[in-house]
Amino acid sequence: MNPQPRAPQALPEVGEEEIRPLIDRNLHLEGPLLPMLHDIQAAFGHIPETAVPMLAAALNLGRAEVHGVISFYHDFRKAPAGRHVLKICRAEACQSMGGEAMAERLLAQLGLDWHGTSADGRVTVEPVYCLGLCACAPAAMLDETLMGRASEARLMAAVEGAE
Amino acid sequence: MKDFIIPNDKSFDDKDMGTPARTGKPVHLTIDGAEVTVPAGTSVMRAAAEAGLDIPKLCATDSLEAFGSCRLCVVEIEGRRGTPASCTTPVHDGMVVHTQSEKVRKIRKGVMELYISDHPLDCLTCSANGDCELQDMAGAVGLRDMRYETGENHYAPSLAGMLSKSDRRAQAPEGEANPQYLPCDESNPYFTYDPSKCIVCNRCVRACEEVQGTFALTIEGRGFDSRVSAGTGLDDFLSSDCVSCGACVQACPTATLQEKSVAEMGTPTRSVVTTCAYCGVGCSFKAELQGDQLVRMVPWKHGKANRGHSCVKGRFAYGYADHPDRILSPMIRDSIDEPWREVGWKEALSFAAGKMRGLQEKYGQKSIGVITSSRCTNEETYLVQKLARAVFGNNNTDTCARVCHSPTGYGLGQTFGTSAGTQDFDSVEQTDVIIVIGANPTDAHPVFGSRMKKRLREGAKLIVIDPRKIDLVKSAHIAANHHLPLRPGTNVAVVSALAHVIVTEGLADEAYIRERCDWDEYLAYAEFISEDRHSPEETQALTGVPAEELRAAARTFATGGNGAIYYGLGVTEHSQGSTTVMGIANLAMLTGNVGRPGVGVNPLRGQNNVQGSCDMGSFPHELPGYRHVKGQEVRDIFQKTWGVEIDPEPGLRIPNMLDAAVDGTFKGLYCQGEDILQSDPDTKHVSAGLAAMECVIVHDLFLNETANYAHVFLPGSTFLEKDGTFTNAERRINRVREVMAPKADYADWEVTQLLANAMGANWSYSHPSEIMAEIAMTTPSFAGVTYDVLEEKGSVQWPCNEEHPDGTPLMHVDGFVRGKGRFIVTEYVATEEKTGPRFPLLLTTGRILSQYNVGAQTRRTDNSIWHDEDVLEIHPHDAEVRGLTDGQWVRLASRSGETSLRAKVSDRMSPGVVYTTFHHPDTQANVITTDFSDWATNCPEYKVTAVQVSLSNGPTDWQEEYNAQAERSRRILPAAE
Repeated sequence: MNPQPRAPQALPEVGEEEIRPLIDRNLHLEGPLLPMLHDIQAAFGHIPETAVPMLAAALNLGRAEVHGVISFYHDFRKAPAGRHVLKICRAEACQSMGGEAMAERLLAQLGLDWHGTSADGRVTVEPVYCLGLCACAPAAMLDETLMGRASEARLMAAVEGAE
Repeated sequence: MKDFIIPNDKSFDDKDMGTPARTGKPVHLTIDGAEVTVPAGTSVMRAAAEAGLDIPKLCATDSLEAFGSCRLCVVEIEGRRGTPASCTTPVHDGMVVHTQSEKVRKIRKGVMELYISDHPLDCLTCSANGDCELQDMAGAVGLRDMRYETGENHYAPSLAGMLSKSDRRAQAPEGEANPQYLPCDESNPYFTYDPSKCIVCNRCVRACEEVQGTFALTIEGRGFDSRVSAGTGLDDFLSSDCVSCGACVQACPTATLQEKSVAEMGTPTRSVVTTCAYCGVGCSFKAELQGDQLVRMVPWKHGKANRGHSCVKGRFAYGYADHPDRILSPMIRDSIDEPWREVGWKEALSFAAGKMRGLQEKYGQKSIGVITSSRCTNEETYLVQKLARAVFGNNNTDTCARVCHSPTGYGLGQTFGTSAGTQDFDSVEQTDVIIVIGANPTDAHPVFGSRMKKRLREGAKLIVIDPRKIDLVKSAHIAANHHLPLRPGTNVAVVSALAHVIVTEGLADEAYIRERCDWDEYLAYAEFISEDRHSPEETQALTGVPAEELRAAARTFATGGNGAIYYGLGVTEHSQGSTTVMGIANLAMLTGNVGRPGVGVNPLRGQNNVQGSCDMGSFPHELPGYRHVKGQEVRDIFQKTWGVEIDPEPGLRIPNMLDAAVDGTFKGLYCQGEDILQSDPDTKHVSAGLAAMECVIVHDLFLNETANYAHVFLPGSTFLEKDGTFTNAERRINRVREVMAPKADYADWEVTQLLANAMGANWSYSHPSEIMAEIAMTTPSFAGVTYDVLEEKGSVQWPCNEEHPDGTPLMHVDGFVRGKGRFIVTEYVATEEKTGPRFPLLLTTGRILSQYNVGAQTRRTDNSIWHDEDVLEIHPHDAEVRGLTDGQWVRLASRSGETSLRAKVSDRMSPGVVYTTFHHPDTQANVITTDFSDWATNCPEYKVTAVQVSLSNGPTDWQEEYNAQAERSRRILPAAE
C-alpha cells in the first residue's frame, strides 16, 4: 500500500477509448507492460483504474498481476501529481548533511507529508533514495532539474518560482 | 500445509517435503553425516527431509516450486562460499551439507527475530494456534527473545506504543490509526484474510498461480509496504478473480488465510481420508474433525486424481450435510395431495414394500422399477439394480447417466471395446495438443481444469470446440490456439470435417492404423470421409466454423505430437451424441493417439460416481460390467450368486418408464439420490409421468422436486455418513469412508437392503466391503478389487484383476480391448429441433463453478453468494435487437414450454446462441428442453433447443403454478404423539 495524498482529489475520468491506442501501439514489443504503463502515465499523469483490466485483457494477465506491477513502482501514480514534482533525497549521504531535517522543515512549511500535494495543486513532494549527487548533498530534483546543496529556502523559492 | 497437526497415517506420510519431487538419475550426497540418495534436480531441502533431517523453512512447501525468499532454510555446503538457501539449491554428487552449523543457526535466529518483530504475539488466541508454521519455526530455531523495539508495523491497529522516534508516523498523537494496518477481509464466505498476520512469504500468490492457475493474487507495493492483494487495489477477495479453490488457504503457513470454520470451532483433532461427492474428478480429501463434528475438508496430497488440489465445492461446500432442510425421518402418504406423515423406518418400509408388491400383483411384474444414483456409492448402486433384477424380477433399472454420458458408453464401446475413458488424469502432463470439445473444465471439473491449464502454460497447444468463449479460450496466461465456435447441434459435421482434413491432406498415421485398427473398415471410412461434402469449406455454412481455422486446427492436432481429446456433455447430450463420440474415437485412431501417456479419449464425467453407476449395471440392458442381459452365461453368473431367475429381456429406460406411466402400465418407482423432475428434459412430461404413478419412493437428503410427486420419502445419507467407493472419470476406484454416523440412522445401502428384505428378499450384508466382494466375484473387470487392496494402494483404476493386479491407468496399451480398433462412418444428420421464425435462437445449457447440477447441495451452502439465480447469457447483438439490457427479466420460450429468468448480456456467446444453467428449481430450465434424444441411447438433447427470448415482467404462469403445487406437496404433519 503506497501512502496516498491525505486529501484525495476527485480523479479525472479517463475513458477506455483514450487508453486503447496507448496499449495497442506497444503490443508488438517484447515485455510490453512497462512501455504501456509509461505511455499511459505520460498521457494522463497517472494510471487510471480503468486501464488495469484493459492491460490484463490485452496481455492475458490477471488483473492482480497488473496491479502488482503498477504498485511496485513508486513512479506509477494512482492519482495525478501536482503540476510540479519535488523529489528530495533521503539516502545516507544527504542524511549525513542534514537533508532529513531540511526536508522536515520544508514539509512543515508546505503543510504536507511525504507524497502529499499542495492544496493549490502546485507541487507534490516525494522522497527519493539517491540522485547520484552525493558530492553536493543534500540534493533534490524539481521536475527534471537537479539541485545540489539544497536548503529549504532554495527549494521553496524554486517551487514558488515554477509556473 | 496446514494439516500437520494430526498424526500421520503410517502408509501415507503427509509431511511437507519443502519442494516438489523430481525424477532424475540418482545423486549421492552427505547431509549432516548421513548418506542420502535422491533423484537429480531434487533440492537440498527435500533431500534432507527425505533423510529425516528437516531444515527450517517458511516460504517453501512441496506443492510449489522453490522461491528462496524467507532465508530461513540456509545451510552450509563444503567447498562453497556463503550460506545458500537449501530450497533453491539442487543436489550434486558428492555434496557435503551441514544444516545445523553455528553460523546458520545464528542466521536463522536473526531472520526469525525480524519476522516476529512485525507479527502479533497473540499465539494463544490465534485461530492457527497449534497449526502454524511460523510458531513451529520460532520453536525450531530456538527464538527466545525479540530485541527490536516496537516500531512501524502491520499488526497494531493504532500507533499507540510505537517507540521509534525517527519515524514521522510514530510522532502522531496517541491512538491515531496505524496507516500500515489493514483490517481483516471477511468477504469470502469460507475464509478470512487477515493482513496483520501475513509474513509475505508469497505462498498464497504462488499457489494461486502455479496450482490453481487463476492469478487472482499478487504482492502489491514493495519493501516494507509489500502486502498480499486479491485483485487490484479496489478489490476484496470476493470481487477479485478468486474462485475460492482454497489453494491459498492450504498454502498459508500462518493464520493469515484461515478457514472461518477453524476460527469458529478450533483446530481439528482427527482426520479421515475420503472422496469428494461432487464431480467426476473424484478428489481425495481429508475430512478433519473434532469428535463427529466436521471442521474442514482438506485436499489430500496423496490423492491421485487431485494431487493435493481442490475446488470451491469439494473444499468448502459441505454445509448442506447439516442444513435444516434435511429430512431425517421417513415419511409416507397415500396421495400426493395429502401432507407428509412422519413415521418410523419399519412402518415406512413395510408401507413401501406393500405398495410395490401390490402394484406388481395388480399391474404385473414389470409395472415397477428403480432409478440408481450416480451420487451414491458403487455398492449402493449395485444393490439398487440388484433390487430390480432380483427382487422386483424385472430389468427396469436406469440411471442419470442416461441423461449425460450414455453415448460415451455406447460410442467408445463400439469403437474401442470399453465404455470408459482411456487415460488417467496424470496423462495430461505429457500432452502436446489438447482438444476440448463440449466441455468447460474450469467450471465443471475445476481441479482437472487447473491441471490442464498448468500443462497449457508449459506450452501445450489448445483447440477449443464450443459455441461459447469458455474461460479456456482466453484467460490469464491461457489462450486457445484455435477456437471453433460451432453452432449447437453440428458437432458431427465439425468432427467429420477435422477427420476429412487429416485424411485428405495425408496426415493420418497409417502405420498405427494398419497395426491397431481394422484396415478394411478404415479404407471404407477414409473413402466416406474424403468426400467433398465433409470438407470444412462445404460445411462451414452449416457449422459456422470458418474453413481455414478448422483446417489449421486439424493440422495442429495431427502434427503437434501427443494429442488428447477431452469432452463433456456438449458432445453427448445431442440427437447425434453417440455419433460424435464415435467421431472423436475416429479422430484419435486416425492420428495414432490411443494407447500411451499423453493421448487418448477422455470423457469428463459429470458426477462423482457416474462412471461407477454405469459399471455397476444400472442400465436396463446391461448387468454389471457392461454385459448384455440377453447373454445366458452372464445371467448364469448372477442367477447362481443371487439364487433367482433373471429376466432375459432388457427393461425400461427412464423416458420409457415415464411414457409407460402416462399410458398407465408403469406404476411404481424407487428413485435413489436423483431429482428427475428437475434434471430430466421436458419437465411437464416428467411431472405427468410421476403424477400417474401410484407409488413413488424418493430416497434422498432433501424433499427434492421429484418428492413433490412421491408417496414414500426415505431419508438419505451424505457421503460423510457411509462407507463405500466412487469411481471417477479415469476409472479410479476411490474409497469413501464413514466420517460420522448416518444422521438418519442408516446409510443408503442399508436402506435399500431393508426395502429388499421388506419385499421378501433375504439380504444380509453387514458392510459395503461384502457388497464389493460380490461385485468382484461376478464382474471380471473388478475381480481384483477389495477393500484391503484399496486400503493398501489408496485407489485402483479398473480393470483390476489377475491380468492387471495394480489396476490399469492407461487402456488399450497393447492393442484395443475389442481387438482391432473400429472406424465407424459418422454421417451428419441434422437434429429435428430447428430454428425458425418463431424460435430463432438456439439454447444450450451447462454448469458453472460454484453450483452443482440441480443445486440440491450447493444451493444449501454459501456458494450461492457467487450464483444465486440462473441467468440467460445472450450475445449483445441478439439482446439489442430485442431491446434487452443486462439484468432484465426475460421470457424464454420453446416448443415445449416457457420460463422466465434474468438476462446477462455477454460477448462470450456467439450470435444466435443463448445459454443458461439449471441449478435453481425456480428457473425450471428443463421446461424448455425438448424430448428429442440420442438415436442410440436416448440421452436427451439438452444442448440444442430452438427458443425465442423476449421481455417479461416476472415468473411465468407455469412457474407460479408449479411453486404453489410444490409448496402444497411439501407440507409435513407434526409427528403423532
